[in-house]
Amino acid sequence: MATAHTDHHHEETFISKYVFSQDHKMISKQFLITGMLMAVIGMIMSSLFRLQLGWQGESFWILNFFLGDKWAPDGILDPNMYLALVTIHGTIMVFFLLTGGLSGTFANLLIPLQIGARDMASGFMNMLSYWFFLASSVIMVVSLFVETGPASGGWTVYPPLSALPQAMPGSGLGMTLWLVSMSLFIVSSLLGGLNYVVTVINLRTKGMTMTRLPLSIWALFVTAILGVLSFPVLFSAALLLIFDRSFGTAFYLSDIHIAGEVLERTGGSPILYEHLFWFLGHPEVYIVLLPALGITSEVIATNSRKPIFGYRAMIGSILAIAFLSFIVWGHHMFLTGMNPFLGAVFTFTTLLIAIPSAVKAFNFITTLWKGSIRFTPAMLFSISMVSTFISGGVTGIILADSALDINLHDTYFVVAHFHIVMGLSAVMAMYAGVYHWFPKMYGRMMNRKLGYAHFWTTFICAYGVFFPQHFLGLAGVPRRYYSNSEFPIFDDLVSINEMVSIFAIAGAIAQFIFMFNFFYSIRRGPKASANPWGSNTLEWTTPVEHIHGNWPGPLPTVHRWAYDYSKPGKEQDFVPQIVPLEDGEQDGGAGH
Amino acid sequence: MITILIILSIGLAVLSIAQLMHVFEASSRLKGDSSPLPTDAENKYQSKMMLVFLFGYFAFFAWLVAKYGDKLLPVSASEHGVALDNLLNFNFAIITLVFVITHVYLFYFAFKYVFNKDRKAYYYTHSNKLELLWTTVPAVFLAIIVIWGLGEWIDITMDETPDDAVVIELYPKQFDWTARYAGSDSTLGASNYNMISGTNPLGVITSASLSEKIAELNEEIAEFEAELADAPEGGLKEEELKEKIAKWNRQLENVMSFESLTTLEKGKDDILVKSEFVIPRGKDIAFKFRSRDVIHSAYMPHFRAQMNCVPGMVTEFTFKPTITTAEMQEITGNDAFEYVLLCNKICGAAHYNMQMNIKVVEEEEFNVWMNEQKIFAEGFVDDGGTSTATVNNEVELTMIEQ
Repeated sequence: MATAHTDHHHEETFISKYVFSQDHKMISKQFLITGMLMAVIGMIMSSLFRLQLGWQGESFWILNFFLGDKWAPDGILDPNMYLALVTIHGTIMVFFLLTGGLSGTFANLLIPLQIGARDMASGFMNMLSYWFFLASSVIMVVSLFVETGPASGGWTVYPPLSALPQAMPGSGLGMTLWLVSMSLFIVSSLLGGLNYVVTVINLRTKGMTMTRLPLSIWALFVTAILGVLSFPVLFSAALLLIFDRSFGTAFYLSDIHIAGEVLERTGGSPILYEHLFWFLGHPEVYIVLLPALGITSEVIATNSRKPIFGYRAMIGSILAIAFLSFIVWGHHMFLTGMNPFLGAVFTFTTLLIAIPSAVKAFNFITTLWKGSIRFTPAMLFSISMVSTFISGGVTGIILADSALDINLHDTYFVVAHFHIVMGLSAVMAMYAGVYHWFPKMYGRMMNRKLGYAHFWTTFICAYGVFFPQHFLGLAGVPRRYYSNSEFPIFDDLVSINEMVSIFAIAGAIAQFIFMFNFFYSIRRGPKASANPWGSNTLEWTTPVEHIHGNWPGPLPTVHRWAYDYSKPGKEQDFVPQIVPLEDGEQDGGAGH
Repeated sequence: MITILIILSIGLAVLSIAQLMHVFEASSRLKGDSSPLPTDAENKYQSKMMLVFLFGYFAFFAWLVAKYGDKLLPVSASEHGVALDNLLNFNFAIITLVFVITHVYLFYFAFKYVFNKDRKAYYYTHSNKLELLWTTVPAVFLAIIVIWGLGEWIDITMDETPDDAVVIELYPKQFDWTARYAGSDSTLGASNYNMISGTNPLGVITSASLSEKIAELNEEIAEFEAELADAPEGGLKEEELKEKIAKWNRQLENVMSFESLTTLEKGKDDILVKSEFVIPRGKDIAFKFRSRDVIHSAYMPHFRAQMNCVPGMVTEFTFKPTITTAEMQEITGNDAFEYVLLCNKICGAAHYNMQMNIKVVEEEEFNVWMNEQKIFAEGFVDDGGTSTATVNNEVELTMIEQ
């Protein structure tokens, strides 16, 4: 059946090739570019609110330029718009860039190519997944332009704040659009996720056993399972919130007196929403992080010219992290008045996650040991990802501790923690992935010099932004504050905020080096060879020019694991997976 | 016009850079440098940069500690806070160690094992011994952290509150706080959100506040009915007024049902304060939290205390202050120092300015202060609390109505 597929060489129209494409490679590019555009919006937003936070209450024409007289009169940011900016920044970065953009791009590109499949199990569902994603992105962007402003209750949109339009302007039409957009986003995630799971299980080529899969595929596979199991819970949370907002129910509301009147809806609890939200919300962290770890594994092994250290332990830790991620959500809720015993249980399970995470970090470092490291931009981003994963991960040990969380909860310490461990790690890995697989996606090379410039400015600015924020948190500065100047106890910290803002804006500008390099190279970059990095995995055995069905002839057969780099006794420093084992040769992945 | 020019010039700049790139790439291709892989010189340079970064990163860390280390929260002003700070310092010691060691290895290896075409990388797939080592060592340290941490957690959250504790209710709304002391009977009077009015911001139920609220509701209903009589028949206005009257009547019914409560007199001696509350040193302060509208969070960083305030439920936190405001002013060397209560859960436009001062004094002074306060039965005058916040909220409300 598979070979019959390759004979399809019918002419494709512009529409079927670029717009309603069912080809996983094209869908992957669609996800990437949509995700990038959303990220630019999220990034500009962060620069805007950093202007306010760095120089509080000062006037900037650029605020007025982007936000107009209503939301930035005389160039001074309105407090409601500040909250809207942080809310949409968070939503876009977490969901649209690091979930849709990251998984959508790399699961689509890599799963069929690295397991040796012609395409996804269902090309049509895959296409739908992208179109739901696009629709949800468009609605999210549209919500920025409604009169009362976009959703402003923080990216977690806790009710009653988000449920009652009386509570803040952003809880009006903007919030409705947010919920609609997120519902479509969840549908997109589910369509994509189911497809990824089915494809990995059913469409692996001959010889591609589960223990020969590259770690990128393991990570994307487990990520998809996490998404399929947890996103429906967010969907129900969103649905109940829609009911509370529009149909007079009281799932999340009780005993409220607002805008001078009694609210006649009782019996619900906002804590129910928090449980439902974080039941997705915590696995979501790993939905963002696991693909990043998978990409890093591939890039580090390839460019160290060395097998990934502890392949099986890496798989084990992916599975352990995934399992544990479902039983830790309560650590976001230590202070909601939940039973202290429950808090103790969540502390315990949360700290358990540190063990598989530590194993991953140590294994990455050991992979570098005695390697022969080629510093491609992708490799630099991967090394920086290991650094951010550790730097942000260790502070998680403090926040996981319910007792210590009392004083650090919702302060800038938390902001620093999750931006470094989740945000930076995933963004760094996403850049690594783009630099590494760009030749596969577009058949051309990106400019290396610009890549280096992009890497160093990004890496330095990233730490410049988030590392000092730990100190703000330890000084007790709460997050989501429009201004700290109302509290004299924070007066000594003005210079930190200035420094953070300068790094944030410089870092944001540096991303245009990448944007330029990316779009320039798509059209005019030097032509890529079939396997530019000397890599073992199957995607590099396909022709440079994309064809429908990926391989011109029959599907390749896999004979070995993906990490035979610098194997003793071999001429070259890599042995692709399609090369048969010699007599008496051991397969690296299976050996114990 | 200026914006168009700016956009135009940015566009032209990008185009000209693209052209320059093109020329640059064409010339490097002519020089024969077309390999996709980094040159030896590039590898060497980047590997050295790894080491430079390592030192730079540590230097940045050290500089931040030196510059801001003394601007963090001062010594904890509560009993459990001191224990928490010790635990936090222990955690910091461990994670700093882990952070430094792993980063040294990460960047040193990256520096040392730079690509060399004459040296093949070491084919090293796994080592059960090593992997066991770095599974068990973190596990042991985490066990210590868990056991110690949970010990503190249990001490803080599960200890019985002593009978002589000072009971204080904190009641937030957008965007201020009201504190209520239990008064001489040490019991907070019953309260309900249906009872809230201008003179009764917490909805405390006493026989006096009940009759007052009933009278107020009846008066308002009468007003609506008078308006209804004037309203044109069949119009929107009529419908709206009818709905309002029905709603007010339902509230009246709810309020009247409180008349059967047996605890009506407990609230009479309660004391309500705004903008600042006073607590005695060395006694347990048992806080109870409710919320009028959305979720808020009562954050008292100097006491290492925080608890969410959730509409529809009561949450609790107890701590024992150990340092008076006057003493803390000496410790920090700042005569104007005040303990503060902040809101730490996003709650709307003026979230950033929802504050209340906390004054810690000696017990005798506290008793004197308490005796000076008006009890609830004598009437409560709203002094506005954080006034700027209230103004902001009104602006916001008119915006929605539009």
